[in-house]
Amino acid sequence: MGPISSRLLALESKRSWTAIVILAVIAIVVVPFLNLAVPEGSLFHLSTFWVATLGKYLAFAILALSLDLIWGYAGILSLGHGAFFGLGGYAMGMYMMRQIGERSVYGNPDLPDFMVFLNWDRLPWYWFGFDQFWFAALMVIAVPGALAFVFGWLAFRSRITGVYFSIISQAMVFAFMLAFFRNEMGFGGNNGLTDFKDILGFELSQDATKVGLYIATVVALLIVYFICRAVVTSKLGRLLIAVRDAESRVRFLGYSVTNAKLFVFTLSAMIAGLAGALYVPQVGIINPGEFAPAKSIEMAIWVAVGGRGTLFGAILGAFAVNGARTYFTAAAPEIWLFFLGALFILVTLVMPHGIVGVYKSLRSGELTAAIGRRLRRNNG
Amino acid sequence: MTTSHARGEVSPRRFSAFIGTALLSLALLAAAFLPANAQTTAADQDPFALAVQGLDARQFSDKAAAIDALGALGDERAILVLQAFADGRMYRRNADNLVVIGDRVGDIFNLTSPLTAESIGTAASGDIKKIVANNKLRGQIRGVLGQLALFSPNADNRLDAARNVIASPTEEALGLLKRARDRETVSKIRDTLESGIAVLELASDDRAVRLAAVATLADRSDPDIKSALDQRLLEINGEFIEPDPEVRAALVAAIEDINDRLALFGLAENLIFGLSLGSVLLLAAIGLAITFGVMGVINMAHGEMIMLGAYTTFIVQEIFRSSVSPEFFGMYVLVSIPAAFFVAAAFGVLIERGCIRFLYGRPLETLLATWGVSLILQQLVRTLFGANNREVANPDWISGAVAFGGGVSVTVNRIYIIIFCIMVVAALAAFIRYSRFGLQMRAVTQNRGMASAMGIRTGQIDALTFALGSGIAGVAGVALSQISNVSPNLGQNFIVDSFMVVVFGGVGSLWGTIVGAFSLGIVNKFLEPVSGAILGKVVVLVIIILFIQKRPRGLFALKGRAAED
Repeated sequence: MGPISSRLLALESKRSWTAIVILAVIAIVVVPFLNLAVPEGSLFHLSTFWVATLGKYLAFAILALSLDLIWGYAGILSLGHGAFFGLGGYAMGMYMMRQIGERSVYGNPDLPDFMVFLNWDRLPWYWFGFDQFWFAALMVIAVPGALAFVFGWLAFRSRITGVYFSIISQAMVFAFMLAFFRNEMGFGGNNGLTDFKDILGFELSQDATKVGLYIATVVALLIVYFICRAVVTSKLGRLLIAVRDAESRVRFLGYSVTNAKLFVFTLSAMIAGLAGALYVPQVGIINPGEFAPAKSIEMAIWVAVGGRGTLFGAILGAFAVNGARTYFTAAAPEIWLFFLGALFILVTLVMPHGIVGVYKSLRSGELTAAIGRRLRRNNG
Repeated sequence: MTTSHARGEVSPRRFSAFIGTALLSLALLAAAFLPANAQTTAADQDPFALAVQGLDARQFSDKAAAIDALGALGDERAILVLQAFADGRMYRRNADNLVVIGDRVGDIFNLTSPLTAESIGTAASGDIKKIVANNKLRGQIRGVLGQLALFSPNADNRLDAARNVIASPTEEALGLLKRARDRETVSKIRDTLESGIAVLELASDDRAVRLAAVATLADRSDPDIKSALDQRLLEINGEFIEPDPEVRAALVAAIEDINDRLALFGLAENLIFGLSLGSVLLLAAIGLAITFGVMGVINMAHGEMIMLGAYTTFIVQEIFRSSVSPEFFGMYVLVSIPAAFFVAAAFGVLIERGCIRFLYGRPLETLLATWGVSLILQQLVRTLFGANNREVANPDWISGAVAFGGGVSVTVNRIYIIIFCIMVVAALAAFIRYSRFGLQMRAVTQNRGMASAMGIRTGQIDALTFALGSGIAGVAGVALSQISNVSPNLGQNFIVDSFMVVVFGGVGSLWGTIVGAFSLGIVNKFLEPVSGAILGKVVVLVIIILFIQKRPRGLFALKGRAAED
């Protein structure tokens, strides 16, 4: 065995590996099988809607991982991660927009509909290259990465930490929202980019394409998970945890806090961009609403619900909260915000380590012991 | 049975047909006889009466001529007459063919003389005949009425009319304007009329008159006058509209003068708008600055405190509307201020004691928890009051606009907001400076541990500070309800802006917040015309993000150890 594969194997314990392999097989083999091979009407048939919804959750899980990487491990709460997610989504959207070509309403082979509508006669310079998938895929990672590098460099260099960083990052995503709402920006303004036809030659309306996108998202999640895992178990990961717990002390010990934070923040933004790029073809639209500050704050609650500082918790939280959203917005839309608000309060007050934390303390018997103590005290 | 029923139905119909024919022939008879009689009575009366009688012409073109005649007379009685004609309240009395104004009351008509505006008895519907107008005539009447408003007894109407004539001058208006000027007693309206006359005289054939007109207009500062001057400098087919080079030179100089003044007024206008925006920002942010400064707590539900204040105003307004006599309705705003303060403060205490208290020392968790509170409050209000905008009416003493020269006008509510903001901030500053609670609050801000050691109950101070900050946000809600609609999302619009103010100004510094709010407000307003409203805001946000690099603790950073950890 080479050094890389042994390092990879050492990332997880034997039991975790078993769990990951089982989950991966279910996600990659069983779910598509239930959708494509099991006939419709059968009890075990999984509708395409649910495959697409699962794919959406998986993209959110990647996003949650990216946020957990900086919040759970480096103590940086970014309330502007929607900016990176959105930019990745827009890069992918621009590629798919160029693929529409003559099938658009105005039938202009070079210009997307909204540009024809604005009476533009040629593509703005920043749209060049987006007809090539490799270029768009590169931009999905590069643009959020570059933005995060510049923003992070400015912020971490002047030692903006804690809530200050949160507020400034929120202002950043807010600025993006305002800017992208403008038609003159050349990103479709209010309506954003939509009406996509196909990706890499596969028609988006086909069930097989949807399943393909879903599988791609599962694979991406696995890869991202292992990248994050590699980072947090490395020496750098330990340094990040030290920064989270006592930033000044790490600095006094001679480590460059700025560089460590900048690296992980940029990496996180790239992952968020990837999540956005996987999200957009599955929902079929990207618009400035993704930059709304409220959405970025909500991402933090996914991580908090699952349990920050544990990568698995972030994935779990993304699934749990978004699953609840899907349920509530269909069953009782007016309850949803009450539920979400209560979730924010309860998670921070009662279970600061999230679902994973509760599970751990249940297993170790701490929780039952604490409850027992409390009960005895109340009785006596 | 069926036959008798049929007969009973037929006979009344026949009867009414007979009556109708009889009436018609009577009317025709009257029409044939009486006009000659009417003309003799009208001829020996004044031209106004003649013109009024002329409205009852057979041809619409004759009616139009009569309307023009009424307009040219510049008689204020004509306003009443033309208005009645346009409204379809103009009748001819069959007995003497006199044109009268009739108002239907039940089955009879109250008649008014168009000449004296006095009542001249009543008539049944058969005694009078309506004089009809068509849409073309009504349009003509509107134009004539616009000019006649120059003679209205109401000074404001006269001023408006004079401005309208300047904005769209017509040749015929010159005589009217001159006559109006000679009768005018209010100097401001007289000036406006003089401008109007000068604008019309720019097209005069006499060179001296044109020069005099340019001289008159040079010290005005009205965009309409400027465009009238600009018109004269245009070239058509290589020839200037204004043939004389000397007059052209005078025109150019006059336009430059006006431009300079207009630029100055524009500056003043931007400044006032910037100040009022800054005031709103300051009211929204100052409570945040207090809680952030003293407790290091980010309250994401601060915007919802503003919203609660605005909804309290709405409720107080509804109570006043339903159970207080109308003359005191305008006072509801004054009652709303303390009401909003206490409602928001009560919610503030509830949030602090129920949630934030447990999270001290964990600012990021506090941020998330208060965000949860804000979601719940928003949805609560949406459930109780509905998702639609609620309108809070401005009381009379807050509505309207103040017009300054040069087309600058500022709505009164903006000015009140500036004044109100100054009062609130002064009261707050005095409270923090002189009261015992303020002293303790400052002590906790500077050094929590030491303050606690000196016997200050920091927990209590925290709760009260939070109540104070929330209460002021509620008061900000009262102010906001006067300039915008009240909706559950009201607070959301302010949350990013008010954080920016606090971060820019410096956390925990009252002065920093004041300077931050006003500079952001004014910069925003001055950027707007250059780059558009939205891009201006983006630019401001970018500037702040860059500014934080230079001074991470804001403009007015707190000095001392408290600021260092």
